[in-house]
Amino acid sequence: MAEEREQFKGRRAFIFAAVGSAVGLGNIWRFPYVAYENGGGAFIIPYLVALLTAGIPLLFLDYAIGHKFRASSPLAYRRLGGAAESIGWWQVGICFVIAVYYAVVIAWAVRYTGFSINQAWGDDPGGFFGGDFLQQSGEFTLGGSWVPAVGIPLIIIWLFTLVVHRLGVQGGIARLSAIFIPVLVVIFVVMVIQGLRQPGATLGLDALFTPNWDALANPGVWIAAYGQIFFSLSVGFGIMITYASYLKRRSNLTGSGLVVAFSNSGFEILAGIGVFAALGFMAQASGVGVADVAESGIGLAFIAFPAIISTMPGGSLFGVLFFLSLVLAGITSLVSIVQVVLAGVEDKLGWSRTKSVLIAGGLMAVVSVALFPTTTGLNLLDVVDNFANNFGIVGAALASVIVIGWGLRKFPELAEHVNSVSSFKIGRTWFVLLGVITPLVLGYMFVSEVITRIQEGYGAMPSGYVGVYGWGVAIGLVVVAVLISFIPWRRGVVDGDSLLVEGGESR
Amino acid sequence: MSAQAIVMLVVALLLVWGGLVVALLHLRKHPEEFDVVEDGQQEYPPST
Repeated sequence: MAEEREQFKGRRAFIFAAVGSAVGLGNIWRFPYVAYENGGGAFIIPYLVALLTAGIPLLFLDYAIGHKFRASSPLAYRRLGGAAESIGWWQVGICFVIAVYYAVVIAWAVRYTGFSINQAWGDDPGGFFGGDFLQQSGEFTLGGSWVPAVGIPLIIIWLFTLVVHRLGVQGGIARLSAIFIPVLVVIFVVMVIQGLRQPGATLGLDALFTPNWDALANPGVWIAAYGQIFFSLSVGFGIMITYASYLKRRSNLTGSGLVVAFSNSGFEILAGIGVFAALGFMAQASGVGVADVAESGIGLAFIAFPAIISTMPGGSLFGVLFFLSLVLAGITSLVSIVQVVLAGVEDKLGWSRTKSVLIAGGLMAVVSVALFPTTTGLNLLDVVDNFANNFGIVGAALASVIVIGWGLRKFPELAEHVNSVSSFKIGRTWFVLLGVITPLVLGYMFVSEVITRIQEGYGAMPSGYVGVYGWGVAIGLVVVAVLISFIPWRRGVVDGDSLLVEGGESR
Repeated sequence: MSAQAIVMLVVALLLVWGGLVVALLHLRKHPEEFDVVEDGQQEYPPST
Protein backbone atom coordinates (compact mmCIF):
# COMPACT_ATOMS: atom_id res chain seq x y z
CA MET A 1 0.00 0.00 0.00
CA ALA A 2 1.42 3.34 -0.99
CA GLU A 3 1.99 5.86 1.77
CA GLU A 4 -0.44 8.77 1.92
CA ARG A 5 0.29 11.65 -0.40
CA GLU A 6 1.48 14.89 1.15
CA GLN A 7 -0.90 17.85 1.24
CA PHE A 8 -0.82 21.59 1.66
CA LYS A 9 -2.49 22.50 4.92
CA GLY A 10 -4.91 24.82 3.17
CA ARG A 11 -5.30 27.07 0.16
CA ARG A 12 -3.41 29.90 1.81
CA ALA A 13 -0.33 27.69 2.06
CA PHE A 14 -0.78 26.68 -1.57
CA ILE A 15 -1.22 30.28 -2.75
CA PHE A 16 1.98 31.38 -1.00
CA ALA A 17 3.90 28.46 -2.49
CA ALA A 18 2.50 29.10 -5.98
CA VAL A 19 3.20 32.85 -5.77
CA GLY A 20 6.68 31.99 -4.50
CA SER A 21 7.18 29.88 -7.58
CA ALA A 22 5.77 32.39 -10.06
CA VAL A 23 7.57 35.41 -8.62
CA GLY A 24 11.16 34.84 -9.57
CA LEU A 25 14.13 36.52 -11.18
CA GLY A 26 12.19 37.14 -14.41
CA ASN A 27 9.71 39.41 -12.65
CA ILE A 28 12.49 41.65 -11.42
CA TRP A 29 14.97 41.70 -14.24
CA ARG A 30 12.98 40.74 -17.33
CA PHE A 31 9.56 42.41 -17.17
CA PRO A 32 10.72 46.05 -16.82
CA TYR A 33 12.88 45.95 -19.94
CA VAL A 34 10.38 43.96 -22.01
CA ALA A 35 7.67 46.51 -21.18
CA TYR A 36 9.99 49.43 -21.94
CA GLU A 37 11.10 47.95 -25.28
CA ASN A 38 7.61 47.01 -26.41
CA GLY A 39 5.48 50.10 -26.30
CA GLY A 40 6.09 51.42 -22.76
CA GLY A 41 2.74 52.35 -21.22
CA ALA A 42 0.91 50.89 -24.23
CA PHE A 43 2.42 47.46 -23.38
CA ILE A 44 -0.14 47.06 -20.60
CA ILE A 45 -2.76 46.24 -23.24
CA PRO A 46 -1.06 43.25 -24.93
CA TYR A 47 0.26 42.24 -21.52
CA LEU A 48 -3.22 42.00 -19.97
CA VAL A 49 -4.64 40.38 -23.10
CA ALA A 50 -1.88 37.76 -22.91
CA LEU A 51 -2.52 37.23 -19.21
CA LEU A 52 -6.25 36.69 -19.73
CA THR A 53 -6.12 34.71 -22.97
CA ALA A 54 -3.10 32.45 -22.39
CA GLY A 55 -1.48 32.85 -18.97
CA ILE A 56 -4.53 32.24 -16.78
CA PRO A 57 -6.02 29.53 -19.06
CA LEU A 58 -2.70 27.64 -18.99
CA LEU A 59 -2.49 28.06 -15.23
CA PHE A 60 -5.98 26.55 -14.89
CA LEU A 61 -4.95 23.69 -17.19
CA ASP A 62 -1.93 22.86 -15.03
CA TYR A 63 -4.05 23.03 -11.86
CA ALA A 64 -6.71 20.82 -13.43
CA ILE A 65 -4.20 18.12 -14.48
CA GLY A 66 -2.34 18.10 -11.15
CA HIS A 67 -5.44 18.23 -8.98
CA LYS A 68 -7.54 15.72 -10.90
CA PHE A 69 -4.82 13.10 -11.21
CA ARG A 70 -3.06 13.89 -7.92
CA ALA A 71 0.40 13.02 -9.08
CA SER A 72 3.74 14.31 -10.30
CA SER A 73 3.75 15.69 -13.81
CA PRO A 74 4.73 12.42 -15.61
CA LEU A 75 2.27 10.28 -13.68
CA ALA A 76 -0.51 12.83 -14.10
CA TYR A 77 0.08 12.85 -17.87
CA ARG A 78 0.19 9.04 -17.84
CA ARG A 79 -3.19 8.92 -16.10
CA LEU A 80 -4.47 11.52 -18.54
CA GLY A 81 -3.54 9.44 -21.55
CA GLY A 82 -0.84 6.78 -21.79
CA ALA A 83 1.86 8.05 -24.13
CA ALA A 84 1.38 11.62 -22.91
CA GLU A 85 3.65 10.51 -20.05
CA SER A 86 6.68 11.56 -22.06
CA ILE A 87 5.50 15.20 -21.96
CA GLY A 88 5.72 14.94 -18.18
CA TRP A 89 9.28 13.62 -18.37
CA TRP A 90 10.16 16.35 -20.82
CA GLN A 91 9.01 18.84 -18.17
CA VAL A 92 10.99 17.01 -15.48
CA GLY A 93 14.09 17.19 -17.68
CA ILE A 94 13.59 20.90 -18.31
CA CYS A 95 13.25 21.48 -14.57
CA PHE A 96 16.43 19.49 -13.92
CA VAL A 97 18.36 21.63 -16.39
CA ILE A 98 16.90 24.93 -15.23
CA ALA A 99 17.49 24.12 -11.55
CA VAL A 100 21.20 23.43 -12.06
CA TYR A 101 21.90 26.90 -13.47
CA TYR A 102 19.15 28.91 -11.72
CA ALA A 103 20.76 28.06 -8.37
CA VAL A 104 24.01 29.57 -9.65
CA VAL A 105 22.41 32.96 -10.26
CA ILE A 106 21.02 32.89 -6.72
CA ALA A 107 24.55 32.16 -5.45
CA TRP A 108 25.81 35.26 -7.31
CA ALA A 109 23.01 37.32 -5.74
CA VAL A 110 24.00 36.06 -2.28
CA ARG A 111 27.56 37.28 -2.86
CA TYR A 112 26.36 40.60 -4.31
CA THR A 113 24.20 41.22 -1.24
CA GLY A 114 27.49 41.26 0.67
CA PHE A 115 29.41 43.13 -2.05
CA SER A 116 26.79 45.91 -1.91
CA ILE A 117 27.86 46.90 1.59
CA ASN A 118 31.33 48.07 0.57
CA GLN A 119 30.67 48.20 -3.17
CA ALA A 120 33.38 45.66 -3.82
CA TRP A 121 33.13 46.16 -7.61
CA GLY A 122 34.85 49.56 -7.34
CA ASP A 123 34.45 51.73 -10.42
CA ASP A 124 34.27 48.87 -12.96
CA PRO A 125 31.23 46.66 -12.22
CA GLY A 126 31.44 44.95 -15.62
CA GLY A 127 35.10 44.01 -15.27
CA PHE A 128 34.57 42.97 -11.68
CA PHE A 129 31.64 40.67 -12.52
CA GLY A 130 33.18 38.73 -15.38
CA GLY A 131 36.80 39.02 -14.25
CA ASP A 132 37.45 39.41 -10.52
CA PHE A 133 34.30 37.61 -9.37
CA LEU A 134 33.46 34.93 -11.95
CA GLN A 135 37.04 34.67 -13.32
CA GLN A 136 35.75 33.86 -16.79
CA SER A 137 38.26 32.78 -19.39
CA GLY A 138 35.79 33.40 -22.22
CA GLU A 139 36.48 29.94 -23.66
CA PHE A 140 33.71 27.89 -25.19
CA THR A 141 34.49 24.62 -23.50
CA LEU A 142 33.31 22.70 -20.49
CA GLY A 143 35.09 22.77 -17.16
CA GLY A 144 38.18 24.85 -16.42
CA SER A 145 39.17 25.88 -12.92
CA TRP A 146 36.60 25.79 -10.16
CA VAL A 147 35.80 29.20 -8.64
CA PRO A 148 35.24 28.86 -4.87
CA ALA A 149 33.81 32.41 -4.56
CA VAL A 150 30.77 31.15 -6.49
CA GLY A 151 31.00 27.44 -5.68
CA ILE A 152 30.84 27.76 -1.89
CA PRO A 153 27.67 29.90 -1.75
CA LEU A 154 26.22 27.57 -4.40
CA ILE A 155 26.83 24.54 -2.17
CA ILE A 156 25.08 26.37 0.67
CA ILE A 157 22.10 27.21 -1.60
CA TRP A 158 21.77 23.55 -2.57
CA LEU A 159 22.04 22.32 1.01
CA PHE A 160 19.38 24.81 2.05
CA THR A 161 17.09 23.83 -0.84
CA LEU A 162 17.41 20.12 -0.22
CA VAL A 163 16.76 20.55 3.52
CA VAL A 164 13.55 22.44 2.60
CA HIS A 165 12.52 19.52 0.39
CA ARG A 166 13.33 16.98 3.07
CA LEU A 167 11.00 18.88 5.42
CA GLY A 168 8.19 18.21 2.99
CA VAL A 169 5.58 20.04 0.99
CA GLN A 170 3.83 21.69 3.93
CA GLY A 171 6.63 21.73 6.51
CA GLY A 172 9.29 22.83 4.03
CA ILE A 173 8.04 24.40 0.82
CA ALA A 174 4.84 26.03 2.09
CA ARG A 175 6.47 27.26 5.29
CA LEU A 176 9.41 28.71 3.37
CA SER A 177 7.13 30.65 1.02
CA ALA A 178 4.88 31.83 3.85
CA ILE A 179 7.96 33.50 5.38
CA PHE A 180 9.93 34.54 2.30
CA ILE A 181 7.11 36.04 0.20
CA PRO A 182 5.88 38.60 2.79
CA VAL A 183 9.51 39.51 3.60
CA LEU A 184 10.24 39.86 -0.12
CA VAL A 185 7.27 42.19 -0.61
CA VAL A 186 8.27 44.37 2.35
CA ILE A 187 11.93 44.76 1.37
CA PHE A 188 11.03 45.25 -2.26
CA VAL A 189 8.57 48.03 -1.41
CA VAL A 190 11.21 49.72 0.75
CA MET A 191 13.66 49.46 -2.17
CA VAL A 192 11.14 50.91 -4.62
CA ILE A 193 10.40 53.81 -2.29
CA GLN A 194 14.10 54.53 -1.92
CA GLY A 195 14.43 54.42 -5.71
CA LEU A 196 11.50 56.78 -6.22
CA ARG A 197 13.01 59.35 -3.85
CA GLN A 198 16.11 59.77 -6.02
CA PRO A 199 16.49 62.73 -8.39
CA GLY A 200 15.76 61.61 -11.93
CA ALA A 201 13.43 58.79 -10.88
CA THR A 202 10.57 60.34 -12.81
CA LEU A 203 12.72 60.30 -15.96
CA GLY A 204 12.80 56.55 -15.69
CA LEU A 205 9.07 56.26 -15.06
CA ASP A 206 8.46 58.55 -17.98
CA ALA A 207 10.50 56.23 -20.20
CA LEU A 208 8.68 53.15 -18.92
CA PHE A 209 5.12 54.43 -19.00
CA THR A 210 4.94 56.88 -21.92
CA PRO A 211 2.79 54.93 -24.36
CA ASN A 212 3.90 54.24 -27.90
CA TRP A 213 0.54 53.32 -29.40
CA ASP A 214 2.06 52.50 -32.79
CA ALA A 215 3.78 49.54 -31.15
CA LEU A 216 0.42 47.80 -30.83
CA ALA A 217 0.37 47.33 -34.59
CA ASN A 218 3.63 45.36 -34.37
CA PRO A 219 3.05 41.59 -33.98
CA GLY A 220 6.46 41.30 -32.27
CA VAL A 221 5.15 43.38 -29.37
CA TRP A 222 2.23 40.99 -28.87
CA ILE A 223 4.53 37.98 -28.99
CA ALA A 224 6.77 39.68 -26.42
CA ALA A 225 3.75 40.14 -24.15
CA TYR A 226 2.73 36.49 -24.47
CA GLY A 227 6.34 35.45 -23.90
CA GLN A 228 6.63 37.54 -20.74
CA ILE A 229 3.37 36.23 -19.30
CA PHE A 230 4.28 32.71 -20.22
CA PHE A 231 7.80 32.65 -18.74
CA SER A 232 6.86 34.68 -15.70
CA LEU A 233 3.87 32.68 -14.54
CA SER A 234 5.68 29.30 -14.17
CA VAL A 235 3.15 27.59 -16.44
CA GLY A 236 3.73 24.74 -18.85
CA PHE A 237 6.68 22.99 -17.29
CA GLY A 238 5.23 20.92 -14.55
CA ILE A 239 5.51 23.17 -11.51
CA MET A 240 1.85 24.07 -11.16
CA ILE A 241 0.81 20.49 -11.97
CA THR A 242 3.04 19.26 -9.15
CA TYR A 243 1.92 21.89 -6.62
CA ALA A 244 -1.78 21.43 -7.44
CA SER A 245 -1.42 17.69 -6.82
CA TYR A 246 -0.81 18.48 -3.14
CA LEU A 247 -4.07 20.42 -2.77
CA LYS A 248 -6.92 18.89 -0.84
CA ARG A 249 -9.74 17.45 -2.90
CA ARG A 250 -12.10 20.32 -2.28
CA SER A 251 -9.90 23.17 -3.34
CA ASN A 252 -11.05 26.24 -5.17
CA LEU A 253 -8.66 25.92 -8.10
CA THR A 254 -9.67 28.88 -10.25
CA GLY A 255 -10.29 31.24 -7.32
CA SER A 256 -6.78 30.55 -6.02
CA GLY A 257 -5.33 30.68 -9.54
CA LEU A 258 -6.64 34.19 -10.17
CA VAL A 259 -4.99 35.40 -6.96
CA VAL A 260 -1.69 33.77 -7.97
CA ALA A 261 -1.80 35.21 -11.50
CA PHE A 262 -2.60 38.77 -10.43
CA SER A 263 -0.09 38.64 -7.55
CA ASN A 264 2.59 37.71 -10.05
CA SER A 265 1.66 40.57 -12.36
CA GLY A 266 1.27 42.99 -9.45
CA PHE A 267 4.81 42.21 -8.37
CA GLU A 268 6.09 42.71 -11.92
CA ILE A 269 4.55 46.15 -12.18
CA LEU A 270 6.13 47.07 -8.85
CA ALA A 271 9.49 45.79 -10.13
CA GLY A 272 9.08 47.89 -13.28
CA ILE A 273 8.57 51.01 -11.19
CA GLY A 274 11.55 50.25 -8.92
CA VAL A 275 13.97 49.31 -11.70
CA PHE A 276 13.10 52.26 -13.94
CA ALA A 277 13.17 54.75 -11.06
CA ALA A 278 16.73 53.57 -10.42
CA LEU A 279 17.63 53.69 -14.13
CA GLY A 280 16.19 57.21 -14.36
CA PHE A 281 18.38 58.28 -11.45
CA MET A 282 21.43 56.76 -13.14
CA ALA A 283 20.64 58.41 -16.48
CA GLN A 284 20.34 61.84 -14.85
CA ALA A 285 23.47 61.36 -12.74
CA SER A 286 25.49 60.36 -15.82
CA GLY A 287 23.94 62.98 -18.09
CA VAL A 288 22.66 60.41 -20.60
CA GLY A 289 19.24 59.21 -21.73
CA VAL A 290 17.38 56.34 -20.03
CA ALA A 291 17.79 54.39 -23.27
CA ASP A 292 21.56 54.40 -22.69
CA VAL A 293 21.31 52.75 -19.29
CA ALA A 294 18.29 50.45 -19.76
CA GLU A 295 19.17 46.76 -19.70
CA SER A 296 17.73 43.43 -18.67
CA GLY A 297 18.79 40.11 -17.20
CA ILE A 298 22.26 39.47 -15.86
CA GLY A 299 23.57 42.74 -17.30
CA LEU A 300 20.91 44.73 -15.45
CA ALA A 301 21.32 43.02 -12.09
CA PHE A 302 25.06 42.44 -11.90
CA ILE A 303 26.51 45.32 -13.94
CA ALA A 304 24.00 48.19 -14.27
CA PHE A 305 22.67 47.96 -10.71
CA PRO A 306 26.10 47.91 -9.06
CA ALA A 307 26.91 51.13 -10.96
CA ILE A 308 23.66 52.65 -9.65
CA ILE A 309 24.40 51.48 -6.11
CA SER A 310 27.83 53.15 -6.21
CA THR A 311 26.34 56.42 -7.45
CA MET A 312 23.25 56.62 -5.24
CA PRO A 313 23.39 58.25 -1.79
CA GLY A 314 22.57 55.39 0.60
CA GLY A 315 23.34 53.00 -2.24
CA SER A 316 24.61 50.24 0.05
CA LEU A 317 21.18 49.76 1.62
CA PHE A 318 19.53 49.97 -1.79
CA GLY A 319 21.92 47.29 -3.07
CA VAL A 320 21.41 44.97 -0.11
CA LEU A 321 17.62 45.22 -0.53
CA PHE A 322 17.84 44.64 -4.29
CA PHE A 323 20.07 41.58 -4.15
CA LEU A 324 18.28 40.15 -1.14
CA SER A 325 15.06 40.43 -3.18
CA LEU A 326 16.71 38.41 -5.95
CA VAL A 327 17.79 35.77 -3.41
CA LEU A 328 14.34 35.44 -1.81
CA ALA A 329 12.43 35.47 -5.10
CA GLY A 330 14.95 33.04 -6.58
CA ILE A 331 14.94 30.47 -3.78
CA THR A 332 11.15 30.12 -3.63
CA SER A 333 11.20 29.54 -7.40
CA LEU A 334 14.13 27.13 -7.22
CA VAL A 335 12.40 24.87 -4.69
CA SER A 336 9.36 24.66 -6.96
CA ILE A 337 11.51 23.68 -9.95
CA VAL A 338 13.37 21.04 -7.92
CA GLN A 339 10.08 19.65 -6.58
CA VAL A 340 8.97 18.75 -10.11
CA VAL A 341 12.02 16.48 -10.46
CA LEU A 342 11.76 14.91 -7.00
CA ALA A 343 8.03 14.21 -7.33
CA GLY A 344 8.53 12.56 -10.73
CA VAL A 345 11.29 10.29 -9.44
CA GLU A 346 9.34 9.39 -6.28
CA ASP A 347 6.29 8.35 -8.28
CA LYS A 348 8.21 6.41 -10.92
CA LEU A 349 10.59 4.51 -8.69
CA GLY A 350 8.53 4.36 -5.51
CA TRP A 351 11.24 6.24 -3.61
CA SER A 352 10.73 7.94 -0.27
CA ARG A 353 11.23 11.68 0.03
CA THR A 354 14.54 11.15 1.83
CA LYS A 355 15.82 8.91 -0.94
CA SER A 356 14.73 11.26 -3.74
CA VAL A 357 16.27 14.26 -1.96
CA LEU A 358 19.56 12.44 -1.41
CA ILE A 359 19.89 10.81 -4.82
CA ALA A 360 17.97 12.95 -7.34
CA GLY A 361 18.44 16.22 -5.44
CA GLY A 362 22.05 15.32 -4.74
CA LEU A 363 22.65 14.63 -8.43
CA MET A 364 21.26 18.05 -9.39
CA ALA A 365 23.46 19.69 -6.78
CA VAL A 366 26.59 17.85 -7.96
CA VAL A 367 25.98 18.71 -11.63
CA SER A 368 25.30 22.33 -10.71
CA VAL A 369 28.35 22.68 -8.45
CA ALA A 370 30.67 20.86 -10.86
CA LEU A 371 29.77 22.64 -14.11
CA PHE A 372 28.80 26.22 -13.40
CA PRO A 373 31.12 27.81 -10.80
CA THR A 374 33.99 27.38 -13.23
CA THR A 375 36.00 29.68 -15.45
CA THR A 376 33.79 28.66 -18.39
CA GLY A 377 30.47 28.56 -16.52
CA LEU A 378 28.96 31.83 -17.76
CA ASN A 379 28.87 30.82 -21.43
CA LEU A 380 27.36 27.47 -20.52
CA LEU A 381 24.69 29.13 -18.39
CA ASP A 382 23.87 31.56 -21.17
CA VAL A 383 23.35 28.96 -23.90
CA VAL A 384 21.57 26.39 -21.72
CA ASP A 385 19.22 29.07 -20.37
CA ASN A 386 18.24 30.19 -23.85
CA PHE A 387 17.57 26.72 -25.22
CA ALA A 388 15.89 25.35 -22.08
CA ASN A 389 13.43 28.24 -22.15
CA ASN A 390 12.75 28.84 -25.80
CA PHE A 391 12.74 25.24 -26.95
CA GLY A 392 12.10 23.34 -23.74
CA ILE A 393 9.40 25.30 -21.95
CA VAL A 394 7.72 26.58 -25.11
CA GLY A 395 7.95 23.21 -26.85
CA ALA A 396 6.63 21.19 -23.92
CA ALA A 397 3.73 23.59 -23.38
CA LEU A 398 2.89 23.48 -27.08
CA ALA A 399 2.98 19.68 -27.10
CA SER A 400 0.83 19.65 -23.98
CA VAL A 401 -2.01 21.83 -25.30
CA ILE A 402 -2.03 20.07 -28.68
CA VAL A 403 -1.99 16.55 -27.22
CA ILE A 404 -4.56 17.24 -24.51
CA GLY A 405 -6.80 19.48 -26.59
CA TRP A 406 -6.65 17.96 -30.06
CA GLY A 407 -5.28 14.47 -29.49
CA LEU A 408 -6.90 13.23 -26.31
CA ARG A 409 -9.72 15.83 -26.37
CA LYS A 410 -9.68 16.09 -22.60
CA PHE A 411 -10.49 19.78 -22.11
CA PRO A 412 -14.21 19.13 -21.33
CA GLU A 413 -13.32 16.47 -18.75
CA LEU A 414 -10.74 18.71 -17.11
CA ALA A 415 -13.13 21.68 -17.12
CA GLU A 416 -15.76 19.52 -15.46
CA HIS A 417 -13.29 18.63 -12.74
CA VAL A 418 -12.29 22.26 -12.23
CA ASN A 419 -15.92 23.39 -12.06
CA SER A 420 -16.81 20.68 -9.54
CA VAL A 421 -14.52 22.27 -6.95
CA SER A 422 -14.06 25.89 -8.05
CA SER A 423 -15.95 29.16 -7.69
CA PHE A 424 -14.90 30.71 -11.01
CA LYS A 425 -16.39 28.46 -13.70
CA ILE A 426 -14.71 27.70 -17.01
CA GLY A 427 -16.20 26.41 -20.23
CA ARG A 428 -16.19 26.93 -23.97
CA THR A 429 -14.15 30.14 -23.87
CA TRP A 430 -11.44 28.25 -22.01
CA PHE A 431 -11.42 25.50 -24.66
CA VAL A 432 -11.01 28.07 -27.44
CA LEU A 433 -8.28 30.03 -25.66
CA LEU A 434 -6.32 26.87 -24.87
CA GLY A 435 -7.11 24.95 -28.02
CA VAL A 436 -6.68 27.75 -30.56
CA ILE A 437 -5.09 30.98 -29.27
CA THR A 438 -2.43 29.37 -27.05
CA PRO A 439 -1.15 26.84 -29.61
CA LEU A 440 -1.03 29.52 -32.30
CA VAL A 441 1.04 31.87 -30.15
CA LEU A 442 3.28 29.11 -28.76
CA GLY A 443 3.67 27.59 -32.23
CA TYR A 444 4.71 30.94 -33.67
CA MET A 445 7.21 31.48 -30.85
CA PHE A 446 8.64 28.00 -31.26
CA VAL A 447 8.94 28.02 -35.06
CA SER A 448 10.36 31.54 -35.26
CA GLU A 449 12.94 30.66 -32.60
CA VAL A 450 13.98 27.54 -34.53
CA ILE A 451 14.37 29.57 -37.73
CA THR A 452 16.31 32.34 -36.02
CA ARG A 453 18.68 29.95 -34.28
CA ILE A 454 19.31 27.96 -37.47
CA GLN A 455 19.93 31.10 -39.51
CA GLU A 456 21.79 33.22 -36.99
CA GLY A 457 23.21 30.79 -34.42
CA TYR A 458 23.35 32.03 -30.85
CA GLY A 459 25.18 35.30 -30.28
CA ALA A 460 28.87 35.06 -31.07
CA MET A 461 29.13 31.49 -29.85
CA PRO A 462 30.83 28.87 -32.07
CA SER A 463 28.27 26.64 -33.78
CA GLY A 464 29.85 23.45 -32.41
CA TYR A 465 29.42 24.70 -28.84
CA VAL A 466 25.80 25.78 -29.47
CA GLY A 467 25.20 22.46 -31.19
CA VAL A 468 26.22 20.42 -28.16
CA TYR A 469 25.06 22.51 -25.22
CA GLY A 470 22.13 24.29 -26.88
CA TRP A 471 20.57 22.04 -29.50
CA GLY A 472 22.03 18.92 -27.90
CA VAL A 473 20.44 19.66 -24.54
CA ALA A 474 17.12 20.73 -26.09
CA ILE A 475 16.80 17.64 -28.30
CA GLY A 476 18.39 15.32 -25.74
CA LEU A 477 15.67 16.19 -23.23
CA VAL A 478 12.98 14.99 -25.62
CA VAL A 479 14.81 11.74 -26.41
CA VAL A 480 15.47 10.98 -22.74
CA ALA A 481 11.83 11.79 -21.89
CA VAL A 482 10.53 9.27 -24.41
CA LEU A 483 13.00 6.60 -23.23
CA ILE A 484 12.09 7.07 -19.55
CA SER A 485 8.41 6.67 -20.38
CA PHE A 486 9.13 3.03 -21.31
CA ILE A 487 10.40 2.21 -17.81
CA PRO A 488 7.60 0.60 -15.75
CA TRP A 489 6.08 2.38 -12.77
CA ARG A 490 7.20 0.75 -9.55
CA ARG A 491 3.86 1.23 -7.83
CA GLY A 492 1.70 1.07 -10.94
CA VAL A 493 -0.15 4.04 -12.37
CA VAL A 494 -3.62 3.67 -10.88
CA ASP A 495 -4.55 6.01 -8.07
CA GLY A 496 -6.55 3.70 -5.80
CA ASP A 497 -7.78 6.63 -3.77
CA SER A 498 -9.32 8.38 -6.77
CA LEU A 499 -11.30 5.28 -7.70
CA LEU A 500 -13.22 5.69 -4.45
CA VAL A 501 -13.72 9.44 -4.39
CA GLU A 502 -13.77 11.78 -7.35
CA GLY A 503 -12.82 15.38 -6.50
CA GLY A 504 -15.67 17.35 -5.02
CA GLU A 505 -18.55 15.43 -6.56
CA SER A 506 -20.17 14.73 -3.24
CA ARG A 507 -21.09 18.37 -2.59
CA MET B 1 6.67 62.99 -15.92
CA SER B 2 4.38 63.63 -18.85
CA ALA B 3 0.63 63.53 -18.36
CA GLN B 4 0.41 60.56 -20.72
CA ALA B 5 2.95 58.59 -18.69
CA ILE B 6 1.17 59.39 -15.42
CA VAL B 7 -2.17 58.27 -16.88
CA MET B 8 -0.68 54.98 -18.09
CA LEU B 9 1.07 54.41 -14.74
CA VAL B 10 -2.25 54.83 -12.95
CA VAL B 11 -4.13 52.70 -15.48
CA ALA B 12 -1.56 49.88 -15.19
CA LEU B 13 -1.69 49.94 -11.39
CA LEU B 14 -5.49 50.05 -11.31
CA LEU B 15 -5.88 47.17 -13.75
CA VAL B 16 -3.30 44.83 -12.26
CA TRP B 17 -3.58 45.61 -8.56
CA GLY B 18 -7.32 46.13 -9.00
CA GLY B 19 -7.45 42.68 -10.55
CA LEU B 20 -5.63 41.30 -7.52
CA VAL B 21 -8.06 42.97 -5.11
CA VAL B 22 -11.06 41.63 -7.07
CA ALA B 23 -9.49 38.14 -7.10
CA LEU B 24 -8.90 38.29 -3.33
CA LEU B 25 -12.46 39.49 -2.67
CA HIS B 26 -13.81 36.73 -4.89
CA LEU B 27 -11.84 34.16 -2.91
CA ARG B 28 -13.07 35.61 0.40
CA LYS B 29 -16.64 35.25 -0.78
CA HIS B 30 -16.00 31.54 -1.23
CA PRO B 31 -14.52 30.35 2.05
CA GLU B 32 -12.41 27.26 2.13
CA GLU B 33 -14.25 23.99 2.60
CA PHE B 34 -12.70 21.15 4.48
CA ASP B 35 -12.61 17.52 3.59
CA VAL B 36 -14.87 15.28 5.58
CA VAL B 37 -12.81 12.56 7.18
CA GLU B 38 -14.04 9.02 7.41
CA ASP B 39 -15.80 9.23 10.77
CA GLY B 40 -17.99 12.03 9.43
CA GLN B 41 -16.28 14.80 11.40
CA GLN B 42 -14.76 17.80 9.71
CA GLU B 43 -11.06 18.41 9.67
CA TYR B 44 -10.00 21.44 11.63
CA PRO B 45 -9.48 24.53 9.52
CA PRO B 46 -5.82 25.40 9.09
CA SER B 47 -4.43 27.90 11.52
CA THR B 48 -2.36 29.69 8.91
